[in-house]
Amino acid sequence: MTNVIEIGSLTRSFGRTKALDDVTLAVPEGSICGLLGRNGAGKTTIMSIVSGQDRPTSGRVEVFGQSPFENESVLSRISFVRDNQRYPDNYRLHHVLRIAPDFAPNWNEEVAAELVEGFRIPEKTDIKKLSRGQLSSVGIVLGLASRAPLTLLDEPYLGLDVTGRALFHSMLLRDYAAHPRTIVLSTHLIEESEALFDRVVIVDRGRIRVDCERDEVSELAFTITGSTDAVERLSAGHPVLKSHSVAGLKSVTVQGAIADDIRAEARSLGAQMAPASLQEIVAAFGEEPPESPALDIKVKKGARA
Amino acid sequence: MFTDDSPIFQQLAAKIADDIVAGVHAEESAIPSATDFAVFFSMNPATASKGVNVLVELGALYKKRGIGMFVATGARELLRSRRREEFRQQYLKPLLAEARVLEVGTTELHHMIDEEEQETT
Repeated sequence: MTNVIEIGSLTRSFGRTKALDDVTLAVPEGSICGLLGRNGAGKTTIMSIVSGQDRPTSGRVEVFGQSPFENESVLSRISFVRDNQRYPDNYRLHHVLRIAPDFAPNWNEEVAAELVEGFRIPEKTDIKKLSRGQLSSVGIVLGLASRAPLTLLDEPYLGLDVTGRALFHSMLLRDYAAHPRTIVLSTHLIEESEALFDRVVIVDRGRIRVDCERDEVSELAFTITGSTDAVERLSAGHPVLKSHSVAGLKSVTVQGAIADDIRAEARSLGAQMAPASLQEIVAAFGEEPPESPALDIKVKKGARA
Repeated sequence: MFTDDSPIFQQLAAKIADDIVAGVHAEESAIPSATDFAVFFSMNPATASKGVNVLVELGALYKKRGIGMFVATGARELLRSRRREEFRQQYLKPLLAEARVLEVGTTELHHMIDEEEQETT
């Protein structure tokens, strides 16, 4: 399997702030990759650099094997919908739909029409007067109807209602199945969208913390809950991501997969263990205090055939 | 659905297997494609394929080239016998362990099961 996106030791600084810090990342062709992390983690910066709208301070970025910056043959294969996508003043929906095919060689009218109808996007209102959710719908129309070989969706469903989100998921999967492509999607609605992904990337403070297949998520971290003594004994030697305690009771999220021996020990100590959900893992990474030393995280890189 | 701890592809395989055992999908009938499952359950198509393939490897489903996925003859009995073994692991063993903790003897346990059965039928 080839990688559509390859980023190596990439850093992007804004003044003294490192928005991306030594990022290495590969997205295999045909995957639906969830890009997860807190606000300001660096998700949008990654997408901007991949789509050639920004340049790294140092490091390497290749999309379809080439540098994307001002590279027409790469850019024509990318559709990037920003969460705060801007449109020219006085543009209405039909202006957007008329001009979109100029930027998207694979533009599909039927997909666009079905989505416009399903989202109930007002056609006679200026785009700039649309609500947040309606604006998101316009972005989704652009992202999906473009059928771009690489589709980058940054927070595609901000403000979108529950019917719209379901429509987005079903259209994405139906159209992806008929016209496979590579999709990178950032979102905070993790529980709702995690089943869409076959790969998961977690970013925090500009660094890649997790890069693995969806099915490997259950091996990343687990929670132990029980009496303080039991939990401390069980979690000894495991990197703790998050810990929470009330009188005599403790719950910790630690890295790693649950081994059989610790499971047996937990049972004898009366403590509960369960794999952490993706949402819990993302939240745990986002809670690390800034002064904590970088943990030695097992990052699974690249595609596995 | 798709909320417990096991991987999503295994949960899909279990769901299809349940439907075969329950007779929703008859033997030698076509089942929805992996893509249909993916759209229906809002999951990644690769994950859905993986789930369907679990049952292909078991011999409960087979692929007719160019037509689709079918339930194999004998799939129901095959899955049912696997489920019986799971029943032993998931229900009988914990039941007996708990009975031991509560000091419920074998005779009393049998009696409780008989009683429960009479109440529900």
